[in-house]
Amino acid sequence: MARTEEPGVALTVNGRPVRIAGDPDRPLLDVLREDLGLKATRFGCGQGTCGACTVVVDGEAGLSCDLPLGELEGARIETAEGLLSDPPHPLLDAFLARQAGQCGYCLPGILMAAKALLETEPAADRRRIAEALDANLCRCGAHHRILDAVEQAAREMAGAT
Amino acid sequence: MPGNPPAPLNDAPLLGDWVAVDAGITFYTGRVELGQGNLTALAQMAADELGVAPEAIALVPARTDRTPNEGYTVGSMSVSQGGQALRWAASALRHLILRAAAQALSPRPELAELDIVEGAVLRDGAATGLTAAGLAGRVDLSAQIADHARLRRPEERRARDLPRIDLKERLTAAPFVHDMERPGMLFGAPVHPPHMDAALMSLDLDALARRSGVVEVVRDGSFVGVLATSPLAAQRAGEWARAQGDWASDTAEVGDPVGAIARSEAPAETVFETGSFNRNDGDWHEVEVSRPYLFHASIGPAAAVALWEGDAVTVWSQAQGVFPLRKAIAMALRKPEDQITVIHRPGAGCYGHNGADDAAFDAVLMARAVPGRPVKVVWSRADEFRAAPMGPAMVTRVRALLGPERRIKAMDIVVNSPPHAHRPSAGGTPNLRAAAYLADPVPPAPSKDIPATRGGGADRNAVPGYDVGNVRVRKRLVYDLPYRTSSLRSLGAFTNVLAIESCIDEIAARIGEDPFAFRLRHLEDPRARAVLERLEEETRAARAADMPEATGWGLGFARYKGSSGYCGVLARVELDDQIRVTDAVAVADIGEVVSPDGARNQIEGGIVQSISWTLKEAVQFDGAAVADNSWLDYPILRFSEVPRLRVDLIDRPEEAPLGAGEISQGPTAAALANAVRQAVGVRVTRLPITRDAVIAALSA
Ligand code: FES
Ligand code: FES
Repeated sequence: MARTEEPGVALTVNGRPVRIAGDPDRPLLDVLREDLGLKATRFGCGQGTCGACTVVVDGEAGLSCDLPLGELEGARIETAEGLLSDPPHPLLDAFLARQAGQCGYCLPGILMAAKALLETEPAADRRRIAEALDANLCRCGAHHRILDAVEQAAREMAGAT
Repeated sequence: MPGNPPAPLNDAPLLGDWVAVDAGITFYTGRVELGQGNLTALAQMAADELGVAPEAIALVPARTDRTPNEGYTVGSMSVSQGGQALRWAASALRHLILRAAAQALSPRPELAELDIVEGAVLRDGAATGLTAAGLAGRVDLSAQIADHARLRRPEERRARDLPRIDLKERLTAAPFVHDMERPGMLFGAPVHPPHMDAALMSLDLDALARRSGVVEVVRDGSFVGVLATSPLAAQRAGEWARAQGDWASDTAEVGDPVGAIARSEAPAETVFETGSFNRNDGDWHEVEVSRPYLFHASIGPAAAVALWEGDAVTVWSQAQGVFPLRKAIAMALRKPEDQITVIHRPGAGCYGHNGADDAAFDAVLMARAVPGRPVKVVWSRADEFRAAPMGPAMVTRVRALLGPERRIKAMDIVVNSPPHAHRPSAGGTPNLRAAAYLADPVPPAPSKDIPATRGGGADRNAVPGYDVGNVRVRKRLVYDLPYRTSSLRSLGAFTNVLAIESCIDEIAARIGEDPFAFRLRHLEDPRARAVLERLEEETRAARAADMPEATGWGLGFARYKGSSGYCGVLARVELDDQIRVTDAVAVADIGEVVSPDGARNQIEGGIVQSISWTLKEAVQFDGAAVADNSWLDYPILRFSEVPRLRVDLIDRPEEAPLGAGEISQGPTAAALANAVRQAVGVRVTRLPITRDAVIAALSA
């Protein structure tokens, strides 16, 4: 429960409640990386145009460079670090198994965009997955493997339920 | 001795240059991970040669205070050269371990009876109770590698895919130089002038120093840097300063850079000539193609950390060459190299000489103002587009003479291009951006490009791989454009392969011959033929079944640099409200394949990047400065635009391993241009091949 008399903004990050004080205009990306040390969320452009900073906010993909802290009271945030559960999230396994990536700078954002998609549309096909990832750029050209990996994770997640 | 030692051993001939033994066995490489998994392949090569599991060794990437100096990790040579060097070192280590084993065993065995398998010393295949790790401490690391290396036979090696050693942390953790944390760290943002020769006319440095979170403003000549207590404060102050600042430059405007390059009358150098060019009559076919300036456009902007302690500075950098960067910093600061240490840390994907070195120098300049405190610099997206070197625009003209029996009798190629390679410390100057406008400036000497003997720069792959008898290649380096250019993946090969393959395709279409058959009639090299034959066979059914309106298949082929990997690409495009690439199939021969999936990954990545270059990308200028500030100004290929993709490798375990990272750029561009030509009947020769460009070509 958020106690409004305390300063700062109350959030849940990867299941852990946190309270963040300071400039409410700060983007969530900065809060995650600098205040919480969650550095898998990457700075790519800070302009909302590359997707490297994508996280899941209340179940939907969001660009953390473009989300001011002040608007996030009570929000549930998930980052790529949260995929290191036990057992690891099927998306993580699929990306590793398929060597879906090269430099990997784009990948945490892509993982989170894919997670948000598969949780709302578990039966998303390849075309739909590609569309949902269109806000995420990858310069190494690993797209095709990334799509394979998301499809594989979708199958595994469907099988597990 | 197994042939000549690989070049990296010349300056680092001792076992101890490459290996240390303490708690375990550690190998040192002068190469770095550029995001393609090359360190995994190198670890695999060293471990296999030694006879241990890859997890049993550590591999330390380039750092100037310990590893051998292997220059840059470029040109797909990290496996072919760096890997061979590690193999030699591992082989010498194995040999010396086995010598120690022979002394320890009784009855004393012949060396030939011993081997190391999975870390255990075996005698005629049976366990001896001795291990490589246990005996490694007895090896004299001052031994000369070349005296002891006895490389395993190719049949003993196993091509296989190891999981990337570094992929998991790239997905979920903080391995990048951008992620480094150090106590007392400050955060720097550079304020780079828009042109290399620009002078800072006005910027209110006092107001800048009063911005929130700013602790220090550094000015040296026309370079300004802001230091702040947080990355966000640095970023915001840097943006403010860039918007406020005013710079002057004498550089003249260029209306149409590609046109200026095409019309250049700079002297042309003949870089290759065979046969004769006395006659100009006959059935000549000509195609002239161009590409615009291109960005590296890495998803992560350049970053670095620097720390000054007394006279010494340590730099953590994503640069492709830590030793050349050290030299460049020494030149720019007029400081001895031994006071500078450069340690590699990963950055986002690197496709050539981008802003990494410049950002490292920015960090050095800013950290100098706060000795004892580490300073991290992360460029803004606008810096990444506007301050980093670009891949130069190019114009290549190919003329081919069709002779009797519909055979090409001669090819005459002219390449016009600003220079490509302009790397830090090459040519006697630092070639670091800020160095050009310090109070005590060290501006870059003009690049000489790369000579043909080293694979060529602008003229890379300008010599056709076809057997046509008479060939002349001329290169015209164009120096009078104001834009900063250097090496971008595959250098001139992208445009030259596009040009040659466009001309070949044009002639095949003109005489109504199948593009595979026409090429095969001009190829004797059995490896080249095998690649094309395999590609033809694999795609025959699909090509035969398919030919709706405005759809085309196109072929592109080249052997990279004329001496490296062979790659053929077949692409299918559909034109409707946009140009859609639906399929791309590639066949490649990269000699011995160390890690098949890793190699395929690189070739696939090259294809996707090349599709993006060919169909979408062009740097826009505002006078002499880059105009693009964001991804909205410079779109690249997105997920829903990526085709179905398949890459097949022809494994040749008996051949030397060749790089895979750059071989698909040119063939892909050619395949696309030829596919569009087949789909609509006209050729777009000026990249990018956009829908508008196709419409313009149709109505021309
Ligand atoms: S960093 Fe947020 S979209 Fe690029
Ligand atoms: S893997 Fe490098 S940007 Fe996507």
